[in-house]
Amino acid sequence: MLYREAGDFKTSYAKDNQTFPIKFDRVGYYVALIVAFLVIPFVINDYWANAILLPFLIYAIAALGLNILVGYCGQVSLGTGGFMAVGAYASYKLMTAFPDVSIFFHVILSGGVTAIVCVLFGLPSLRIKGFYLAVATLAAQFFLVWLFNRVPWFYNYSASGQINAPERTVFGIEVTGPNAEAWATYLFSLVFLVASALIARNLTRGMAGRKWMAIRDMDIAAEIIGVSPLKAKISAFAVSGFFVGISGALFFAVYLGAAEAGDSFGITKSFLVLFMIIIGGLGSIFGSFAGAAFLVLLPVVLKVVGVDWLGWPTDIVAHLQLVIVGGLIIMFLILEPHGLAQLWRVTKQKLRLWPFPH
Amino acid sequence: MNDMSNDSYVTEDGRTIGGVVMEMKNITLRFGGVKAITDISFDIREGEIRAIIGPNGAGKSSMLNVISGFYVPQEGEVWYKGRKRPPMKPYEVAQQGIARTFQNIALFEGMTVLDNVMTGRIRQMQAGLLSQALWRGKAEREEIENRAQVEKIIDFLEIQHIRKTPVGRLPYGLKKRVELARALAAEPSILLLDEPMAGMNVEEKEDMSRFILDVNDEFGTTIALIEHDMGVVMDLSDRVVVMDYGKKIGDGTPSEVRSNQAVIDAYLGVAHD
Repeated sequence: MLYREAGDFKTSYAKDNQTFPIKFDRVGYYVALIVAFLVIPFVINDYWANAILLPFLIYAIAALGLNILVGYCGQVSLGTGGFMAVGAYASYKLMTAFPDVSIFFHVILSGGVTAIVCVLFGLPSLRIKGFYLAVATLAAQFFLVWLFNRVPWFYNYSASGQINAPERTVFGIEVTGPNAEAWATYLFSLVFLVASALIARNLTRGMAGRKWMAIRDMDIAAEIIGVSPLKAKISAFAVSGFFVGISGALFFAVYLGAAEAGDSFGITKSFLVLFMIIIGGLGSIFGSFAGAAFLVLLPVVLKVVGVDWLGWPTDIVAHLQLVIVGGLIIMFLILEPHGLAQLWRVTKQKLRLWPFPH
Repeated sequence: MNDMSNDSYVTEDGRTIGGVVMEMKNITLRFGGVKAITDISFDIREGEIRAIIGPNGAGKSSMLNVISGFYVPQEGEVWYKGRKRPPMKPYEVAQQGIARTFQNIALFEGMTVLDNVMTGRIRQMQAGLLSQALWRGKAEREEIENRAQVEKIIDFLEIQHIRKTPVGRLPYGLKKRVELARALAAEPSILLLDEPMAGMNVEEKEDMSRFILDVNDEFGTTIALIEHDMGVVMDLSDRVVVMDYGKKIGDGTPSEVRSNQAVIDAYLGVAHD
């Protein structure tokens, strides 16, 4: 009954344009923000941070980035893992080369570096589409991982070939390294996620987003009405790369602490993020969150139910997870190509009329 | 009336037709060995409604594609606003103020009507990516100012009720109207309409005709259109170009064209009595 737009009149275009036009949603959004910033940091422990919250926050940033490219601009990319690796190695090089600069700027700069690399590998998109572009980005994935494994400069000639995140602080509080507290790493990642989501939302509701969607829906018509395909596609690759780079930097520096390109940023990572946005919903900001939450939670829930409650062997549960994810992908592609976000939208639509649908 | 002079004149219904705004000079367009357009010249004057007619395959749509920069003719020149136009990409042509609709609707199906029409304002919205990312300053201001303009066009074409509906869910007639709205949103100096009434019933045709006349009347927009319904063409247009097999066979006012023997033979035909 609370979920109504009736009586909530919009008197300006600015109000009509806002992200949450229904008051109930708006309040819900602020409550979620307050809980995320003011409640969770006090109750968080290492298990929650490492098993659920950190991966969720970081993958959500990557999903946002990929969703801009695939969901909004319609350019398929299988290179997410490689681009995350660029973010990770960029942050590693920056952190070791300029130890006095705050890691906050290192993470943003890593996003910038990844944006440039992403644009470079996005250039073929001007000539090729669909499957062929997917293969081109796949090449980027393998090339980048090979590069980070083979060129010792990237891992500072360490004997193991790994990169290790040095201890860095923000306002005197450690956010990387083994001694970082759960709440600090959580808050640090949360700030980046919230900022990324706001930027993504602003871009997609404005002219940039319209250009991307125009290219996605019908590129010829878009060009005829004045969208430069070059600028639209390149800007999508750049923005996408920026977010993916930030998530890669956080994934390495804050979450893993130590990484090796092939293990941490392989092709499976690319598919994982792609599955997130397919299950969550292509072309939806909310979908990026929903997809990331779903695929981060699924293994945890399966483990709790399968191993802890039912006492099944761990490997069976791990295989079961693959089966379930695969099945879900097929199910979503057939039944609901717009993913969880569309299910949520339909629910909201129904809620508006509930309990008197006629 | 078909002289090349640049003087403006006033039509019978009191509209002022200005000088030549676009001129096609000896355009020839080939696809391999096929000549789609052969040595065609004609002009479009400011404020007029110019029709291009002809049988199927006459090269009308190719002509429109040449004007909108989609095809580059092998020979001939396009003069726009007194200047020869260098070969340019379609989006550059659009940025010069030439908007168009398509024979087979080319809307962005996944976007709402409002977003589709707002996309048409691309020429008027120049805020940088950073400003848009923060939704502050120029981007926010532009968004609101242009929304106000777009709402005027939405009112004008009577599509307020479907403003927030995804275009994919709309019926054919409304889609045609949304496409017109998107083209109009650009405030074009020339509006190209490729068969705006194809596949419509009489009532929808009347609506569309009214919109075209109103657009021309209220905004003074120059319109070039392709249409097969002779009644509509003769009623709407100030001047008509007739094409057949890629050649121009007639050019003039509707009454001149109607009495032109070559046009009757190729296209109009005669009543059998």
